Amino acid sequence: MTSANASLLLCDLRTLPTLTLTQLSDQCGAQLALGARLITLFGRPLQPAQHPTSAFQVTAVLLVSDGGGHALQVLRAQAQSLEHYPALSATFPCAQSHERELWEQTGLVPDGHPWLKPVRFEGARQQHMHEYPFFVVRGQEVHEVGVGPIHAGVIEPGHFRFMCLGEQVQHLEIQLGYQHRGVEALLLRRPPLALTPLVESVCGDSCVAYAWAYCAAVEALGNRPASLETELTRGIALEMERIAMHLATLGGLAGDVAFLQGASTYGRLRTAIINATQRVCGNRFGRGWLRPGQMLALDTARRVDLIETLTRFRRDWVQVNDLLLHSASVALRFKGTGLVSQTAAQELGLSGPVARASGVESDLRRTLPGRLYSAYPIDTHRMSDGDCWARMHQRMFEVSQSTQWLLGVLGNFSLDLQSPPTPHKPVATTLQANALCVSLIEGTRGPTVHALETDDQGALLHYKIQDPSLPNWFGLAMAMRDNTLSDFPICNKSFDLSYCGNDL
Amino acid sequence: MFKFLAVRHAQGTQYIANLRQAQAAGLRGLPTIGAPDCATGCQQCVAVCPSQAISLAPLTIDMGRCVLCGDCAPACPSQTLGFSNDFHMASTERSGLHISAARPHIDPVQVSAALRQRFGRSLKLRSVSAGGCNGCEMEINALGNVNFDLGRYGIDIVASPRHADGLVLSGPISRNMVQALHQCWDAMPNPKLVIAVGACAISGGVFADSDAIDRDFLDRIQPTLYLPGCPTHPLTFISGILDLLGIAT
Repeated sequence: MTSANASLLLCDLRTLPTLTLTQLSDQCGAQLALGARLITLFGRPLQPAQHPTSAFQVTAVLLVSDGGGHALQVLRAQAQSLEHYPALSATFPCAQSHERELWEQTGLVPDGHPWLKPVRFEGARQQHMHEYPFFVVRGQEVHEVGVGPIHAGVIEPGHFRFMCLGEQVQHLEIQLGYQHRGVEALLLRRPPLALTPLVESVCGDSCVAYAWAYCAAVEALGNRPASLETELTRGIALEMERIAMHLATLGGLAGDVAFLQGASTYGRLRTAIINATQRVCGNRFGRGWLRPGQMLALDTARRVDLIETLTRFRRDWVQVNDLLLHSASVALRFKGTGLVSQTAAQELGLSGPVARASGVESDLRRTLPGRLYSAYPIDTHRMSDGDCWARMHQRMFEVSQSTQWLLGVLGNFSLDLQSPPTPHKPVATTLQANALCVSLIEGTRGPTVHALETDDQGALLHYKIQDPSLPNWFGLAMAMRDNTLSDFPICNKSFDLSYCGNDL
Repeated sequence: MFKFLAVRHAQGTQYIANLRQAQAAGLRGLPTIGAPDCATGCQQCVAVCPSQAISLAPLTIDMGRCVLCGDCAPACPSQTLGFSNDFHMASTERSGLHISAARPHIDPVQVSAALRQRFGRSLKLRSVSAGGCNGCEMEINALGNVNFDLGRYGIDIVASPRHADGLVLSGPISRNMVQALHQCWDAMPNPKLVIAVGACAISGGVFADSDAIDRDFLDRIQPTLYLPGCPTHPLTFISGILDLLGIAT
């Protein structure tokens, strides 16, 4: 059932038991109580041909401890239209965004959910953004501040509503969905192997993580897993993307506390990294680097170019970090601001660098390393303080580790990154029938999840995407509690979550 | 203090002096169309194009739709299609974005004397992302970095629509953003213009067929400048806007 690549799970759906929705909820709850992580939860209408009455297929994916390591587990249930089930969120807050999304997409009702609101206003709810049921804080001196969807900077749209007592924020409510483009429906309209340009456009600052999750899934469904050399070139793309994105965040953080030398230096360092990516694949964001069944050959010239770029980068990078980390004005603004405790991060199911900054061990490159990161491990790191400073520092560590990893694999010339694997098997045009493939990539923001399901003819039946931002947005709301309104820009930037990835 | 100076020293001179003449090394930019030698009935490029940018007889690429994915070039059995590093892709006319073997370049931007007089020394822009993927948005942000430094021409991104002369539109216009987009436009004082950034804003791009987008806004207001790309490269943006305002580099 499990593929050789541990960050991917390929199931034959005929071998999986079909639970009731309540059983699925109970079994998920039992696993979560044992410390499992809820990776994703989604539903789709059952095929009308087989089920004339309206019914839904629900899938839950968990990351469970398996002996010394971790493994993915899938639970499947069938549910009648408008069926109710006991909400997991009542006991496990980490399920809150997943159950809300399931409710929004299928109408299945989690009884006892404390925060049952749409996550993106899709389907019939489109253009009803004004009907969002905001939480209301009452009191004589309470006031509200609404910001967005359009913000002062060049940033994606989202609405933030602060419930304040004086300057102090009691609660922040985040309303998203403005970026909803109906991605999951569009993904079913084209041939399953021709989806890369669309997949790269779902969340355009994480093109590589998305494209890799997609490529790995269709390659597994076509029984043509990528070679280790192919994975290496993809890993190089992914770590370049991680460096570039963290640099964008760090530049924004420096700019938000008016540390302009930091902002301009991170800005030009990012230019050097993304221009190097463009010289490899034709695009500054890594578009075109990955395609199913293909390996982008890194010839010696391109490889040396990357090594030289990263070597120059590393020298200036260390210098500017040192400046920032020893600046009293930066420390004063970031230290103790936007605190998320380790317990809160764990309970809310936060992932990626924002979870690691709160001391949660959560990095797929370690927990589900797959073939690539098993063969070429990357050092991961976590902070403990959970404030803006920790999130900034965490990103600095991750950039340094990615740079070191890249220089290690690029500089090891015994690794051939140039020749396509032999014997070359073209990607299969037919996909395994009755299968579910869950593919995970640890992108800049955390686990990028793509789940593809095929029907009995091998046609794509459902394509579920989940960005790590979906559960993480609530972490930002928690970080703002008891902070002041003017702390919001740095809290928001220190999380740097995706709007379009949430909205799909 | 010495740390500040050391960082400043390492920074050196980063700005690109002549942005029109800059080289975008490696960029998959303006497509090249060789002498059309298509086999009868061959539809390979049309079939792989994710945004219906290619039409045949004669072979034409609509750069308002093209996302520069590059998938058509290897699919073409007669090697007619390729890509250059050319980032000069802006046009003032939607129809000017069509290229073919007979018309290999996009129609040059029409310098507007009226716009030059009014905005030639100061143009304030308000960015609205309406379903954008954060690709174009990050490139618009990059316009202000030390490399591109668009501010040197008096062209800035401002925080309020009240201060803006132009609306920089990115994204295919998601239905959920329609109301906010209209409100932003209505809040901008006259005279004002729209700049469409990226294939999504110009045509819907890869999202053109989606039920979740609504492009009525562009039926009401015609953009003054079209800036193709996916995302639009900062050099495409800058050279296009400098041409529009007749600003010398």
